[in-house]
Amino acid sequence: MRFKFLGILAAVLLISACETAPEEQMSSTSSGASLSSSVSSASGAASAPSVSTTAPATMENAIMPGSQRDLVVNVGDRVYFALDRFDLDGISRSTLERQAAWLKANGGVRITIGGHADERGTRDYNIGLSGRRANSVKDYLVSLGVSASRINVAPYGEERPVAMGSNETAWAQNRRAETVVD
Amino acid sequence: MSHPSPYQKTAVYLPPVDVSYPLFFKRLMGIAAVFLVVLLSVVSPAEAELNIDVTRGTAEPLPIAITPFIGSDTEEINYGRSIADVISADLERSGLFKPKDPKAFIQSPDAMKTLPRFGDWRIINAQALVQGRTQIVNDGRLRVEFRLWDVFAEQQLVGFTYSTGPENWRRVAHIIADAIYKRLTGETGYFDTRIVYIAQQSETGACRATSTLNPFGKRLSIMDQDGENRHYLTNGSSLVLTPRFSPNQQEITYMSYHGNVPRVYILNIDTGYQEIVGDFPGMSYAPRFSYDGTSIILSRIQNGNSDIFTLNLQTREIVQLTKHSGIDTSPSFSPDGKFVVFNSDRGGSPQLYVMSLKGGDIRRISHGGGQYATPVWSPRGDMIAFTKPGKQFFIGVMNVDGSGERLLAEDFKIEAPTWAPNGRVLMFFRKKRTNSDGTGGRTRLFSIDLTGQNEREVVTLCDASDPAWSPLIP
Repeated sequence: MRFKFLGILAAVLLISACETAPEEQMSSTSSGASLSSSVSSASGAASAPSVSTTAPATMENAIMPGSQRDLVVNVGDRVYFALDRFDLDGISRSTLERQAAWLKANGGVRITIGGHADERGTRDYNIGLSGRRANSVKDYLVSLGVSASRINVAPYGEERPVAMGSNETAWAQNRRAETVVD
Repeated sequence: MSHPSPYQKTAVYLPPVDVSYPLFFKRLMGIAAVFLVVLLSVVSPAEAELNIDVTRGTAEPLPIAITPFIGSDTEEINYGRSIADVISADLERSGLFKPKDPKAFIQSPDAMKTLPRFGDWRIINAQALVQGRTQIVNDGRLRVEFRLWDVFAEQQLVGFTYSTGPENWRRVAHIIADAIYKRLTGETGYFDTRIVYIAQQSETGACRATSTLNPFGKRLSIMDQDGENRHYLTNGSSLVLTPRFSPNQQEITYMSYHGNVPRVYILNIDTGYQEIVGDFPGMSYAPRFSYDGTSIILSRIQNGNSDIFTLNLQTREIVQLTKHSGIDTSPSFSPDGKFVVFNSDRGGSPQLYVMSLKGGDIRRISHGGGQYATPVWSPRGDMIAFTKPGKQFFIGVMNVDGSGERLLAEDFKIEAPTWAPNGRVLMFFRKKRTNSDGTGGRTRLFSIDLTGQNEREVVTLCDASDPAWSPLIP
């Protein structure tokens, strides 16, 4: 279980690194392939690189439009909040504007917005706070023209952290709202 | 993510899809009948001097000798020894008693068939003496007799005989410990009680999570107040939180993310049936029963905003008590049912407020610095326990008007006080810091005296949080 958390954490770091610069997301995804090629070339396997840069890349890029992976890789599936806050900053709004455009382009997709809180605060209050965060995201998407009937919200409180650790870095990653394709 | 939602529109009563009930469950979970057979005649019903002032905490615990209850064969002797051990452990954990080491006893247990030789007990400075006898009677039932003596006055203080199935021996011991506690402190005991709580995966790997929807493996669980007789009530497939007892102990209200919709449920622990509280749409959390058991108070989230509602369990009438853009949650009834204390950030940060049950006369009662949360009204009606979140968390108590605030315990994260039914002891959970690699984060239950003395861990196999103390078993 602990290892699972680590895996999720690694994924989140990748995603959050991408969030401020969406253009990089394609390259960072394919950087998985280029990383492996550079590793293999570093290990001295002379014949490997040319193969690994082409064949796996087509697999990597086979993202179904309207899928969760599409949302994560090409749009950004989450926004972050300050301590005890539920208002959206400029970065969050631009992420949600991309989500709204993506939802319009994928008209059949329904989503659930999961609100989350860090472990600071009581169980009950964090559920209330995460409910507000999820609703902030919903309200903004609706204001951008997404039909409210396509959106569920779920307040998860402090129960589903993506980053372990009782420190500010982890807490900042856990204060979030995630958009999940139903 | 799918939303199987038959629960939103269909019948209120649900099959126990999420609840694990072994075949022997009902026998184990049902409240074991223990009959008081005889009030043993008091040798001299005098006003004894021997008593304990509970308000002093652990300053001077009372030396008490608890002798193994005698029996005529191995089985009876074993029950007798086990019962004495449980009584001794109960009284010791209260911090008000100091059971003498049986190795120091001069008078042998066999000799206890007769009156105590009080001189032998005065020599080892036992001020109170407990003696008893266990018998398996003809119908197979266990008959347990006990007497409590004031050693210095040479008087019997109390004496009872109980009869029950032998499997309930532990409960008999708790009942006797309560009788001793009550006679010597003047307060009602709390040993014949249970705790519902959330068991969860521990650092050692015990109680491992099996569902990604429930990443910490949280399971609704129940145990005796001393940590014995632990049972799971849910199988871990759904994330569950904040269980609380009904006044008759037959039901538990709690929150579950079953079907990915956070809602409040009631579970009948004898039948295993669970019910969604109120067939209204949307999300609900932070439930508690009223002290008369006729209604439940909870938070509902509508359009992202949490307000407080009551649901009358008989009429199904739903009443909205707060209507404010702040987060209103963690409501708790006063014992007389006339007032509600709750948590709200309507003033800018989480604070405690009291309102009348009609929803009016809202006034803030917390006035110290920082935040206040999870208020719980004492069953005696005179105090409110709370969590104080911040860089460090505290558990504290205050008078119902907010005066007389005292902080009792502190940690990185410490939360969710619950009152023993006599209003003298609190239980809560402590969570240690988690390391970045996911290790650490040990989360355990503790009890503490209202004086702030005598903090004890309630030993559990798994990590544990969200304790709720039962009323005394009727």
